[in-house]
Amino acid sequence: MEIKLQQNILASNNKIAADLRKIFEDKGIYVINLMASPGAGKTSFILQTIENLKNDLNIAVIEGDIASKVDAEKVREHGVTTIQINTGGACHLDANMIRGTLGFLNLDETDLIIIENVGNLVCPAEFDLGETVKMVILSVPEGDDKPLKYPRIFIESEVLVLNKIDLLDYTDFDINRLKGTVNNLNPDINIFEISCKSADGIDSWISWLKDKIRKHLKS
Amino acid sequence: MAITESILSIVLAEAEKRDATRVKTVKIEVGELTNIVGDCVKFYFELMSKDTLASGAEVEIAEVPLQAKCPLCGKVKRVENLDFICECGTGMKIIAGKELAISAIEIE
Repeated sequence: MEIKLQQNILASNNKIAADLRKIFEDKGIYVINLMASPGAGKTSFILQTIENLKNDLNIAVIEGDIASKVDAEKVREHGVTTIQINTGGACHLDANMIRGTLGFLNLDETDLIIIENVGNLVCPAEFDLGETVKMVILSVPEGDDKPLKYPRIFIESEVLVLNKIDLLDYTDFDINRLKGTVNNLNPDINIFEISCKSADGIDSWISWLKDKIRKHLKS
Repeated sequence: MAITESILSIVLAEAEKRDATRVKTVKIEVGELTNIVGDCVKFYFELMSKDTLASGAEVEIAEVPLQAKCPLCGKVKRVENLDFICECGTGMKIIAGKELAISAIEIE
């Protein structure tokens, strides 16, 4: 006997994500789901963002890694609440893992949560975490062809951060080619060209984020 | 693997609800834009379903092509080579190709 189901396989994840989104919205918390491949500079980017905003906002960071707490310790040294999730092999964070961290956060006094997803350009894009914004970081040494190889993550993201622009002169990375590809996939995406090392371009990212958070708090 | 776990738990819940003695087939729709590798799902499913009602079930995977619609002129097209730009020059929105669903199961 055949039974028609048409059941979304990610329905249980999406239900938890919707509950989380409601909680974050009620509390006026702006949540970033930060995705990138290993070594693209997620942790350096988070540290730059914290340094620029920690006097104005209460920030918390959720660190997702398969194992270890190396990144969490680096972030915690910068004086913000940091929670480590070790996925024990899973290549992405899911909404249930984020729900498990809520008990460790003071949601009434948090303005911004940055979730550092597991380093991977494939799976994280499929899982809604209840975030306000999905972001992807691409770094110059990875090459400008990545959006063609991993289109989903660039389609889903509202922001693309191109990191390590201080290395542009040493590679054949072509920013115009990258922008052409990405804009074709996702014409609404916001692109920031930065170097976490030299802090070039960080100001324009911070001013965009501040503006978004201000609007988010008002709404 | 998380995806396969989810598939198995949905299938088993449905089979148990209907007092099935075994699950023969699991039909899955996978959008072209999902990052799901059909052979991996089949392999994990075989491992994970051992000693359950779904042990030995055949997993059939149907790919749903990527389609987009122009918000300006309403044209719908099959997206090839990741070209999301409409003939009128506007960026198109995805209307199919992100599916990840169990379409049907066959039970005894």
